[in-house]
Amino acid sequence: MADLSPKPDVIVVGGGIVGLSVGWQLLQDGVEAVVIDAAPGTGASHAAAGMLAPIHEAYWGESHILGLNLAASQAWPAFADQLGADAIDYCRNGMLMAAYSADDKALLDSLGDLHEQEGLPVQRLRSRECRRSEPLLAPSVRGGVYSPLDHHVNPRRVVAELLKRVPVIAVSAAEIARDQVVADDGRRVACQQVVVAAGAWTGRLLGVPVRPVKGQILRLSGPEGLLGLPVRGVVRGSSVYAVPRSDGEIVVGATQEEQGFDTRVTAGGVYELLRDVLALLPGLSEVDLVETWAGLRPGAPDNAPIIGAGDDGIVYATGHYRNGILTAPITAAAVAALVQGRRPPVDLSPFSPNRFDAMPAARLPDAEPLSGVAG
Amino acid sequence: MGEQWTLAGRSFTSRLITGTGGAPNLAVLEQALSSSGCELVTVALRRVSPQAAGSVLDVIDRLGLAVLPNTAGCHTAADAVLTAKLAREAFETDWVKLEVIADDVTLLPEGVELVEAAETLVDDGFAVMAYTNDDPVLARRLEGLGCASVMPLGAPIGSGLGIRNPHNIEMIVEQSSVPVVLDAGIGTASDAALAMELGCDAVMVASAITRARDPEQMAAAIRLGVEAGWRARRGGRIPKRYLAEASTSGQGRAEF
Repeated sequence: MADLSPKPDVIVVGGGIVGLSVGWQLLQDGVEAVVIDAAPGTGASHAAAGMLAPIHEAYWGESHILGLNLAASQAWPAFADQLGADAIDYCRNGMLMAAYSADDKALLDSLGDLHEQEGLPVQRLRSRECRRSEPLLAPSVRGGVYSPLDHHVNPRRVVAELLKRVPVIAVSAAEIARDQVVADDGRRVACQQVVVAAGAWTGRLLGVPVRPVKGQILRLSGPEGLLGLPVRGVVRGSSVYAVPRSDGEIVVGATQEEQGFDTRVTAGGVYELLRDVLALLPGLSEVDLVETWAGLRPGAPDNAPIIGAGDDGIVYATGHYRNGILTAPITAAAVAALVQGRRPPVDLSPFSPNRFDAMPAARLPDAEPLSGVAG
Repeated sequence: MGEQWTLAGRSFTSRLITGTGGAPNLAVLEQALSSSGCELVTVALRRVSPQAAGSVLDVIDRLGLAVLPNTAGCHTAADAVLTAKLAREAFETDWVKLEVIADDVTLLPEGVELVEAAETLVDDGFAVMAYTNDDPVLARRLEGLGCASVMPLGAPIGSGLGIRNPHNIEMIVEQSSVPVVLDAGIGTASDAALAMELGCDAVMVASAITRARDPEQMAAAIRLGVEAGWRARRGGRIPKRYLAEASTSGQGRAEF
C-alpha cells in the first residue's frame, strides 16, 4: 500500500481549529507536520460563535477548567497578532451577561459569588447601567455583569487563515496508532507521532469518552455596529447569547442537546433561540436571518478537555466542549511542547486522557441495549 | 431506609426519585445520583436520544438505576401520548411520568389535557404517574382513571419554593390509595422532609440537586431529609400546644 506523502514527523488527525492550531504551532517550531481531514473546518469550528470567555463560562466545581481558560485567554493576543487580528475579527471590548427577570438576576447574583470567590475581574451592573453599555437591551433587563476579560473572534476566519498556513491531506482517518494513520481509502501515512484532534468524532475513532453535544445556532445580519457588545443573557432560566461581528453579522446561539450525531435544525430549536434573544434584544427582530446551523461540541464526562499522551502512545487534543475556540492556542502550545519533549506551558494533569480510569462516569459508550429499565 | 414501598407493582427501598436535567456535567451527575441513593430516575425523552452513546442514559445504566421516561415539554394530550409511545419503544417500558404543561413560563400542569392523556395512556396499558397540581379533586380524578401514582407539585418546577400548600398535599395523601409522590418545588432537604411528614410515599427532586453549587452534597442532604421525614411520620409528632408543658413532670420534686 502506497504512502500518501513523504513521511512527516507528526500527523494531526482532525482539521478543526484545534488540529490546525496544533499543526501550525509545530510547523513554526520546525517540526514537519501535516493535518488529515476530508473536510477541514466544517465541524464545531464552523458552528461556533467564537466567544473567548473564561469568566462567563466559569461554573461551580470547575476551577481547573477556569484556570486553563484564563491561561488560554492570555495566549490569544499573540496568536491573533500572528494571524492578523483584523483578518480574524478579533475583538477585545469585553462581554455583558444580562439577567432578563428577577429570577434570572438571582441566578446571576449566585454566579457573582463565584466570580468573587475566584477573584475574577467583573463589574456588577444595575439595569440602567446595562442599557448604557448596550442600548439594544430590553428595558426589562434587571441587571448584569460586565467582564472586560472576555473577548470574541470569528472562528470561520481563524480556520481560513490557518488553512493558508497548514498543509492538509483531504482524507478521513479509519485506523489510528501512535505512529501511523490508515485512511478510509486504505492508504497509510507513517510518522513519529500521531496527534488526535477529531472533536466529537474522537470517541468513534478511539477509546476516549468524548460524545457529541448538539448545538443549534443562528446567524443574523444587520447594519454594522447595531449591536456593540457581545451579550449573554439568562432569559427566564434559559441561556442565550448574541455575538456581533464587525461586518454586521450577529451570531445567536446555542441549544445544548444530547442527540448523538444528529445535526438537524429543528423548528423548536430555532424558535427557542429567537424567542429568548428577541426578549433580550427586541431591536433584532427587523434584521435578516441568514443562516441556521447545527454543530457537535466534543464533550467529556467532566466537561474538561482531553490534552496529553494516552496509554496508547497517541497524543490527544480533544473534548474542548464549549471552549474549543478559546483554548485552541494554548492546546497547540501544550501539544507542541509534549511532542518535542518540552514542559507544557500549563499543568495538564487534570486534562489527562488517562484520568477516566478512575472516573466511573467515563466508561466507554457502547451500543448495548439499556438494562435496568423499569416496567 | 426502613421498609419498601411499591410503585406500579415494583418495590423500591429508596423514597427519593431524581431527575437529571440541569447538572453541569455527567461526572457531577453521577456522583450526585450515587449519593442520593435513588433507585429510579426520570428522563425527558425529548431532551435525550436513547440512541446517543455516552449520554446520561449510560450513567443511569451503569449505576443500575431504573428509568422512568417523562413527557416533559408536551403542551397537549396528543403530544404527550405520542411522546409516551415513543418512550415505550425506546426504553422498553410501560412506565411513564405524564407531564402536560400549560405554558413555558409557569410550567404548571394543564389539567384538562392531563386527564385526557392519562385516560388514553391507561387504556393503552401504560403505568401512568401523573404530574398534577396540588388539587385534591384533580388528583382523585386521575386516580379514578387508573393512574398508578399521583405526583402533585409542591410549587412550580425549578422554583425551589418548597411546599406552598401543605394542607392540600395532606388531603391528597389521605384520600389516595395509590402512591403519592411529591413532585416539583423542592428547594432543599427540609422541604423533602416536610413532604414525607405530610405522608407522601416518595419525593421527586431534580433542580434542587442538579443546580446546587455542590450537587453531591445536596443529594446526600435530600436523601437524609427524605429519611428524616419518613421516620418522623412513623414516629408520630406531638400535638401542637398554645402554652408550654414541661417534659419532666412535677412529681418527686423535693419539697421545702
